[in-house]
Amino acid sequence: MRVIIVGGEELVYFLGRLLISGGHSVSVISKNPEDCSEIVRQIKALVICGDGADPRRLEEAQAMRADAVIAVTPRDADNLAVCQIAKHRFEVPRTVALINDPDNETLFKDLGVTLVFNQTRMISSLIQQELSIEDIVNLLPIKEGKVIATEVRIRETHACAGKTLVEMALPKDTLLSVIIRGDSVIIPRGDTKLLADDTAVLISTPQAQGAALRKLTGE
Amino acid sequence: MFVVIIGCGRLGSRLAIEASKGGMNVVVVDKNKRAFDLLTAEFSGFQVVGDASNQEVLRSAKISDADIVAAVTDNDNVNLMVAQAAKHLFGVGKVLARVTDPLKAEIYAQLGLKVLCPATVAADAIGAEMLK
Repeated sequence: MRVIIVGGEELVYFLGRLLISGGHSVSVISKNPEDCSEIVRQIKALVICGDGADPRRLEEAQAMRADAVIAVTPRDADNLAVCQIAKHRFEVPRTVALINDPDNETLFKDLGVTLVFNQTRMISSLIQQELSIEDIVNLLPIKEGKVIATEVRIRETHACAGKTLVEMALPKDTLLSVIIRGDSVIIPRGDTKLLADDTAVLISTPQAQGAALRKLTGE
Repeated sequence: MFVVIIGCGRLGSRLAIEASKGGMNVVVVDKNKRAFDLLTAEFSGFQVVGDASNQEVLRSAKISDADIVAAVTDNDNVNLMVAQAAKHLFGVGKVLARVTDPLKAEIYAQLGLKVLCPATVAADAIGAEMLK
């Protein structure tokens, strides 16, 4: 895939490195000349110094041949302009934007941005999860948070300890996908028992997550 | 008529004063409090201090009640985002965005947004004057 990333140093560097190692070809548009020379030094990418919301810079970055444009500047308005211009001027099929103001999520989606990352909400929900129950950690949101993976550390006191999956009867829209027991990884079946000190990975919708966690922990 | 003007620079302040003199109810939004110094005594509307790219600020300016929204800050992308929010999210009937880059203005005009590009407007006026 040909990907154009628009934004500043840190995030662009890590994202660029990740995409390049995944076999994608990466171009970067960044405003700050110092950021640009740093990115050139760090990753193998075409780097253009300038405003990514300027159609001329997108053209220089070969936007007409790009499969995706990712806008990760700290300003929501800039990210929206980058995505809209990429989509409408250069017919880029996939546009991805980072947003800071959670209110902007609906607007960006209505205006045709393919994928919207709401960083404020992601970070705050991670913190909340960490603070509420330390045995339960939200691993990652999939498909913009429509599916979530949750890691649960099983304790002796938990309702599920010593029970098989069938006995537990987890609610609809949830799947206990993996059990990590010591060094071994178990893909559970109906007759697999959960034991204390296991780590279970639960896949679920956000709506069903609470009920499933209550079944597991008994809290 | 209720008008919300985003950006109180030379253009925004002048628009606000004219609309106010014309008997319209006006709210002006600017992130810099000192920008309102450009408003003269003829201005009888309200001022809201805040960054218009934040929807909370737009709501406090009562944007969903507006008949007209003019986004005329010195930042093209902010103007475009605010104008589209006003149109698509807050259902404002008449929305104008000032866009200094003619190429960007052309792209958004094709998307159906009312954009005003000062360079194009001035070139047209000067051109017409020269051809007279």
